[in-house]
Amino acid sequence: MSATTDPAAVPTTPTRYFRLRDLPIIPTTILVTVVFVAVFADFLAPHDPQVGSLTSRFLPPFWQAGGVMTHPFGTDHLGRDVLSRLIFGARVSLVVGFTAVLVAGAIGTTMGIISGYLGGWVDQVVMRLTDTWLALPALAFAIFLAAIVGPSEMNIVIILGAVYWTRYARVVRGEVLSLKEREFVRLAIVAGCSKWTIMRRHILPNVINSAIVLATLMLGIVIVTEASLSFLGVGVPPPKPAWGVMLSDGKQGLMVGYWWLTVMPGFCIMLLVLASNLMGDWLRVKLDPQLRQL
Amino acid sequence: MDESPLLELRNLSTHYISQGGSRVVRAVDDVSLSLRAGETLGIVGESGSGKSTLALSMMRVLPPAARITNGQLLLNGEDLVPKSDDEMRHIRGKQIAMILQDPMASLNPLFTIGDQVGEPLRLHEGASRRSAWERAIGLLKAVRIPSPETRVKQYPHEMSGGMRQRIVGAIGISCEPRLLIADEPTTSLDLTIQAQYLKLLRDLQAEHNLGLIFITHNLGIVARMCDQLAVMYAGRIVETGPVSDVFNRPAHPYTAALLRSIPRMTQARERLTAIEGQPPDPSTLPPGCAFAGRCPSAFDRCRREAPPVMDVAPGRNARCWLVEDQAVPVATRGAA
Repeated sequence: MSATTDPAAVPTTPTRYFRLRDLPIIPTTILVTVVFVAVFADFLAPHDPQVGSLTSRFLPPFWQAGGVMTHPFGTDHLGRDVLSRLIFGARVSLVVGFTAVLVAGAIGTTMGIISGYLGGWVDQVVMRLTDTWLALPALAFAIFLAAIVGPSEMNIVIILGAVYWTRYARVVRGEVLSLKEREFVRLAIVAGCSKWTIMRRHILPNVINSAIVLATLMLGIVIVTEASLSFLGVGVPPPKPAWGVMLSDGKQGLMVGYWWLTVMPGFCIMLLVLASNLMGDWLRVKLDPQLRQL
Repeated sequence: MDESPLLELRNLSTHYISQGGSRVVRAVDDVSLSLRAGETLGIVGESGSGKSTLALSMMRVLPPAARITNGQLLLNGEDLVPKSDDEMRHIRGKQIAMILQDPMASLNPLFTIGDQVGEPLRLHEGASRRSAWERAIGLLKAVRIPSPETRVKQYPHEMSGGMRQRIVGAIGISCEPRLLIADEPTTSLDLTIQAQYLKLLRDLQAEHNLGLIFITHNLGIVARMCDQLAVMYAGRIVETGPVSDVFNRPAHPYTAALLRSIPRMTQARERLTAIEGQPPDPSTLPPGCAFAGRCPSAFDRCRREAPPVMDVAPGRNARCWLVEDQAVPVATRGAA
């Protein structure tokens, strides 16, 4: 106990356990680019993504014979610029992806905390509900819901939230079960905190790390699901340029050599999903309390 | 003696009841105790004797399977047993505070010390964040944390074990409770830190005129800390009285056996005597005295009939037929 006599020996709080240069280079680059493109789509896109000219249909990318520099990634069956549509499509993917992950995360984390902390019949009900949910194939379930509520961006977000919240609920509940046996939660109980105060102040901040990691991993899944729904015609309604819609529109051209209509949006989806998964893996390690010595 | 007790337990029983009610464990059985302000009561007993359950009963924070089945729990003459959970919440932390078995793990790793020490103040006294923070600094000073102004801003992982423990003590006294229950607060500490902490608890007790209940299996700590002693065996208090009296002239054979099993400086090179056998299964207690099976001086009546609480001397009682000759059963004197 040397510190009892020497106030100067008090260690200072390290405020920078998060440094920019620690970020993983590949996923960060991809995500930053996609976000940048989505935010500044209006300035970056060379053409209007929803207006084409029928005189310039099915132009190939610029490096192929017949391609022109004004449409670097070619044009589609209505003569719309593919690059511009990809740029605006990033906006759709990100907005739908992030909000859906947030909605699912908010529902799932709340349910998980309540279920894990209260236990008893509440826990039974919530967990049997998630069992049922997880038994349903996610995509088929989403299509079913979409068929009921009809296609729109808003509805897609709600559907994805409704389909995927159970994954958060499971993970969070597990964490809560171990957290609630921790001594600091007991101390909060004997200090007179109500159940809700304990859940909000002592449980939630301790599970938020796991929820964030799961959210990054879920982002990829949600983006693919959104693209699949759009591809199947129950997602973002055309003419809005969602990547899934572009895939769907381009599939007829695949057999006659118009490969850029499907490969370009497909590649974009792949990159974004890859980036979000890599980011999730990195965050999982980074936010591990044991590695951070909390 | 004429002062009314701060805390009084009258025939308190807490049972663990299995689902369906087929198995009942009498973890706390017919316990009567009293404690005056400024006094320290030590509750000793081996593992599984019901000490911790008794502490949890006093706070009314029992696990779902446990139930207070009988008796009264009087704090300043007011019975806490019929209180609703909501009412109890305002008593916990405010009037009765508790220090847990592992204070090292009692702090939330994600909040600053100031937030955590101030939490009961905000909870019970509606203090603003700022004023709670200011008072947290004062509390840290009270538990002898050096440079509290810096320490409040820090997180638990930046503290040493002894400091964290004192911080838990600060949380305990933050709302100036009347009664502090410490459930083996020093088991996870090494001896020097333990000694410091015990001294701190004594000082705090003297400053705030706290009633202190010390739950432990360490008789050495009891000798140092406590005025009154209650010995628990298989869910019952088998003997109570002033510490020095009980230590010098134990009335119950169990207490005597416990005292024989601690090493003494004065009797070198003597084998320590352990108590033969195991405590009985608390779900199938024998009809007579629970200690009869291990008691060297047990006789027939001990195995047939459980002894009631009997006075040994003024302020001292025991549950043992051996003291019957010198004593009158407490029950015959009417409600105490």
